[in-house]
Amino acid sequence: MAKKTKKGKITIDRELCKGCYLCISVCPSHLIAVSDKLNQKGYYPAEYMETDSKEKNRKCTGCTMCAITCPDIAIEVYRG
Amino acid sequence: MIGEAAVRAGCRFYAGYPITPQNELAEYTASAMARLEDGTFIQAESEIAAINMLIGASMAGARVMTSSSGPGISLKQEGISFLAAMELPAVIVNTMRGGPGLGNIAPAQGDYFQATRGGGHGDYRTIVLAPASGQELAGLTRKAFEYADEYKTPVFILGDGMMGQMMEPVEFPEPIDPRSLPPKPWILDGAKGRPSRIIKSLLLDTSVEEDHNWKLTRKYERITREIARADTYMTTDARLVVTAYGTAARIAKGAIKRARELGLKVGLFRPVTLWPFPKRALVEMSRQVKDFLVFEMSTGQMLEDVKLSLEGRSNVHFYGRPGGIISTPDEIAKVINTLYHRQHLNED
Amino acid sequence: MAKKVFQRPKYLKKAVFHYCPGCGHSIIHRLIAEIIEELDIGEKVIGVPPAGCAVLAYDYFDVDMGESPHGRGAAVATGIKRILPDRIVFSYQGDGDIAAIGTAETIHAANRGENITTIFVNNGVYGMTGGQMAPTTLAGQNSTTTPGGRDVKRDGFPLDLSEMLAIARGSVYIERTAVNSPKNIMRTKRAITKAFKAQMDGLGFSLVEILSPCPTNWKLSSVDACKWVEESMVKTFPLKVIKDEVEGAIS
Repeated sequence: MAKKTKKGKITIDRELCKGCYLCISVCPSHLIAVSDKLNQKGYYPAEYMETDSKEKNRKCTGCTMCAITCPDIAIEVYRG
Repeated sequence: MIGEAAVRAGCRFYAGYPITPQNELAEYTASAMARLEDGTFIQAESEIAAINMLIGASMAGARVMTSSSGPGISLKQEGISFLAAMELPAVIVNTMRGGPGLGNIAPAQGDYFQATRGGGHGDYRTIVLAPASGQELAGLTRKAFEYADEYKTPVFILGDGMMGQMMEPVEFPEPIDPRSLPPKPWILDGAKGRPSRIIKSLLLDTSVEEDHNWKLTRKYERITREIARADTYMTTDARLVVTAYGTAARIAKGAIKRARELGLKVGLFRPVTLWPFPKRALVEMSRQVKDFLVFEMSTGQMLEDVKLSLEGRSNVHFYGRPGGIISTPDEIAKVINTLYHRQHLNED
Repeated sequence: MAKKVFQRPKYLKKAVFHYCPGCGHSIIHRLIAEIIEELDIGEKVIGVPPAGCAVLAYDYFDVDMGESPHGRGAAVATGIKRILPDRIVFSYQGDGDIAAIGTAETIHAANRGENITTIFVNNGVYGMTGGQMAPTTLAGQNSTTTPGGRDVKRDGFPLDLSEMLAIARGSVYIERTAVNSPKNIMRTKRAITKAFKAQMDGLGFSLVEILSPCPTNWKLSSVDACKWVEESMVKTFPLKVIKDEVEGAIS
């Protein structure tokens, strides 16, 4: 039987992000990175990497760990 | 007496801390609130806690009261400043005693500055009512709650231990059911069917704080126009007018009666509101009266308001007995007599 | 079709938090707002924010909020609750607010069994005034007023306020949690929910102490601040249910 993996997706509001990077530290699939472009507040915001180019099996499951941890409610999570 | 008048005025929340000489008030209120279904009495852990409980209960819309004496009122000042800043109604009774410091528990009037100049930090005033009889105390307690609600501001009833112990027959006004009072459209009672509300005093933006200060000032000006009040006694033909409030005014009245028996034309000007000070009435009186004798149970505090009001229009004399000393009418009559002759007021 | 499974809760206004990056206050605000929504008490809640960083909480919560003078949250909340006993009243207080200047008000509110809920945010420093020693600063911890670290002989010991409040007979539920990891954040949410429910059931005083990172004043990165909670803070302030007289009593 094929193993069902949950499909998820997140969006990060780059203007709400203050660059604490707690989301990066908790994402089990390592799908969040630091943007190389400053936001208007002067932070390098966190950025969601849709799919990891190196390891195709790393996918967002919509586990919400990043959003639960984000102090600034910059992350919304979608599932299904 | 204040306790009964407060409950009849619809007060349903009292919090206080024991301090002499005003414990009878708290004790009476404890029993009165216990008899009411919707009454709350809390013996707080401190004066500070008590005034802050008033802040909460006032935010929730109740008519609220606390009482204390000098040292306790000093402790409450932070909360009173917040009440003024957040425009919350509250009634605070100060039964003044000798001071500064622990002082003593005898009747005195040394808290006039503290009461009439705001008392706590920042740019604000509190309404200060000074009853001189039991009957007036009952009436002014009702007024205190009305003013507090109308102007959304803390109101002081400033008395002393003498008044606290007075035994006089009093007719109380009819009791008010607090539910019959007009609803307050600003209270915090849960944002049901309306936008959420904030009651706060923090105004970090300096221009917003300045606007708030001027708004409060305009309110204080309105209060001054609308409620400043004084009582007079035998002033029509008076050449010397004694100016005194509260217990001192009662003593002065007795002295004036004696002086009149000696044929001296003496009257009494008794501020009922200490803030706003009844400046206009006093200035009006200065058209015919060139000598005022300020008598206080302090070293001279209301004296400054009399001088500021008269701005040199008349002579202002002073006699004070601080420290809890209660002058007799005879003592004051002698002071009047001496002054009357020294100023040649007996000559035509 | 993708379904949104995480979004800004209804009872937070659409305002950007003024808190520093990685600040625990923001997370705790969100949790409280989520709980208010989940318990469907948004029209019955009255919050009492403190003096300190969280004074501006009233700019974020979209429920009735009444400011308290520094440390007096428990007294202000008492006043509100006594007049409106069917509303849900919570005070939100920092460690300096609740465990230094407001100790008396808090202990006596707990002892009277006031039916209110207190959220006690413990980050071990006075944040808003710039990182001075708090009653909960750890032994050896640096602050702007404990040069060389808190010396317990000179500066006294960190205060176990929650344990003290548990002794008070009127308290019914006291738990210490943290918001330094997703697991602890979820635990904090359960604790606050339970505290609110205890109040809704009229049981008495409930409090949740939350160890909360202050990266700015700790002079750590946000990630390291979360680690520091785990590695240092919990040794002095262990995460646990300190008092629970609620189990079985909640409807």
